[in-house]
Amino acid sequence: MLQYTFQRVLLALAIIVVAISALFTIMITLPGDPTTVLLGPRATPELRAAFRANMGLDDPVLVQIANFWGRVLRGDLGTDYNRNRPVAEAVFSALPHTMALVFGAIFWSATLGILLGAFSADNRNSWLDRVSGILSVGFIAAPSFVVALYSLLLFSVTLRWFPTIGAGEPGDLGSRLYHLALPSFAIGLAWVGYVARIVRASMLETLGENYIRTARAFGLSRRKVIYNYALRVAILPAVQVLGVGIGGMLSSAVFAEIVFSRPGIGSLIYDSVSGRNYPVVMGSMLVAIGFFVTCALIADLVNAALDPRQRVK
Amino acid sequence: MGHFKHTLLGRLLADPMAVFAMLIISGLVLVALFADAISPHNYAEMNLVDRFAPPSSTYWLGTDNLGRDTFSRLAQGSRIALYVALVAVSISGTIGLILGMIAGFGPRWLDNVLLFIFDTLRAYPTIILALALAALLPRGLSTVIIVVVITSFSEYGRVVRTQTLSLKNAEFILAERAMGASSARIVFHHILPNVLGPFFILAAMNLPVVITIEAGMSFLGIGVPPGTPSWGATLKDGFDFIRTTPWIIVAGGLPLILVTLGFTFLGEALRDQLDPKLRKSR
Repeated sequence: MLQYTFQRVLLALAIIVVAISALFTIMITLPGDPTTVLLGPRATPELRAAFRANMGLDDPVLVQIANFWGRVLRGDLGTDYNRNRPVAEAVFSALPHTMALVFGAIFWSATLGILLGAFSADNRNSWLDRVSGILSVGFIAAPSFVVALYSLLLFSVTLRWFPTIGAGEPGDLGSRLYHLALPSFAIGLAWVGYVARIVRASMLETLGENYIRTARAFGLSRRKVIYNYALRVAILPAVQVLGVGIGGMLSSAVFAEIVFSRPGIGSLIYDSVSGRNYPVVMGSMLVAIGFFVTCALIADLVNAALDPRQRVK
Repeated sequence: MGHFKHTLLGRLLADPMAVFAMLIISGLVLVALFADAISPHNYAEMNLVDRFAPPSSTYWLGTDNLGRDTFSRLAQGSRIALYVALVAVSISGTIGLILGMIAGFGPRWLDNVLLFIFDTLRAYPTIILALALAALLPRGLSTVIIVVVITSFSEYGRVVRTQTLSLKNAEFILAERAMGASSARIVFHHILPNVLGPFFILAAMNLPVVITIEAGMSFLGIGVPPGTPSWGATLKDGFDFIRTTPWIIVAGGLPLILVTLGFTFLGEALRDQLDPKLRKSR
């Protein structure tokens, strides 16, 4: 397990470094004056000259990449020239909002998805199972930003059950959760479908195992065997899917943050792109990719710890 | 004729969800082909007198803030959706197919390099990468296609690689090799046809994903150029005036949901039919 963990962590680090370095390279080698791209067309000539010297833009590409990572390791993600603050400050004040959104989505998809999947497996091949199967595919297919728009229109604008904008009062957990409920549901809905299907399939597989038959033979009730014993094993593949799914959820979070006017990494990148604020885009990308790769790694390790067969692959 | 129900099409027609899916997709193709004929108005025509008009017999799905007919814009939008989906899926599919077969059939070190590239590309969240590239590339459908290709060819690559690896040591391939067949013959005559099944299922499942990415990017203003009637752009127009013209969002979301449902159900049905192992367990 130790060796497996070590290999996985190393691979994750390599992926982050290569993914970000590739983006960085595209950015600095693009035709045209990088200071225009990085600082925006309205930058003054003095700012440009200072920036050029500061960033070492005349150095070879590899040296620039090395310098970039040197700064990142020291916690310096660059400067947000539009608002004159460190990029790290902007990114790390936005990150908790996006994390809350993603974990909220995981909460919705795990609870509803596991219930729906276990219910389907319990009633397999009945019309209830078929309806929940069609519902699952429907959830998966519905684009998350349309779900976000529809739920904003229905629950916030028309029915006024939920707030339309913002992330709630700072420090007031109730208000935060109230503002989080609808956007995280919009992101999580697709994953309700995925989780339900995976839990159903692995549940049916698990129910055929010998130890389940043994538990039944010992006189445990059907319900107890399904929901206490089989479900515990059947959840494992869902953990892995959700870990990898965080990438997709981060994409959906961009829409949820814009539709519900919430702060977060997605709206930060969105605002920076329209202002061509490239240091902020780069910093946000680094944090978003780092967050995603870390979550996928954790899901992978949790799975390997719980199911030794995974480690061989 | 008696054997019709055993052909792929026959089996699909016996599945109500597949029939539903094929109806939606045929509808989409027909609307895209005859968009100009069925549109009551020109999609770009602005009737400033009729701004924010609710649905009526003149404007079936109402008008937007510039007095443009929502129905005509959505009909026109089906062309953009279909075009981007077909082009992007063909390009990323072809790249993935080639790289996947190289990874599966080639030397071990090359396999590792390609796997690492696939893993790295998977680390980019699609829409976030789209935003980052949008600051560098010009706005337009080609940027949408580039983003889709970058983020999705690795998926085809993985599936094709796994399939190739399992075929590589199959008995009929070993027999072929023992009879002196060249690597090229094995790859093109034996591995390729066997890889295509899962490949096409994945491609069918990816069409709605690509349509969603295009609409999403256009919604964010980093997809189609301003004025182009993409479904996402229409939704954006609706979102800006959500309190005055809610019908644009309601109407604009429907074709997207229907089309993604249609392609997803078709992909599911195809997979059930082409993969007998799955058919049994469901």
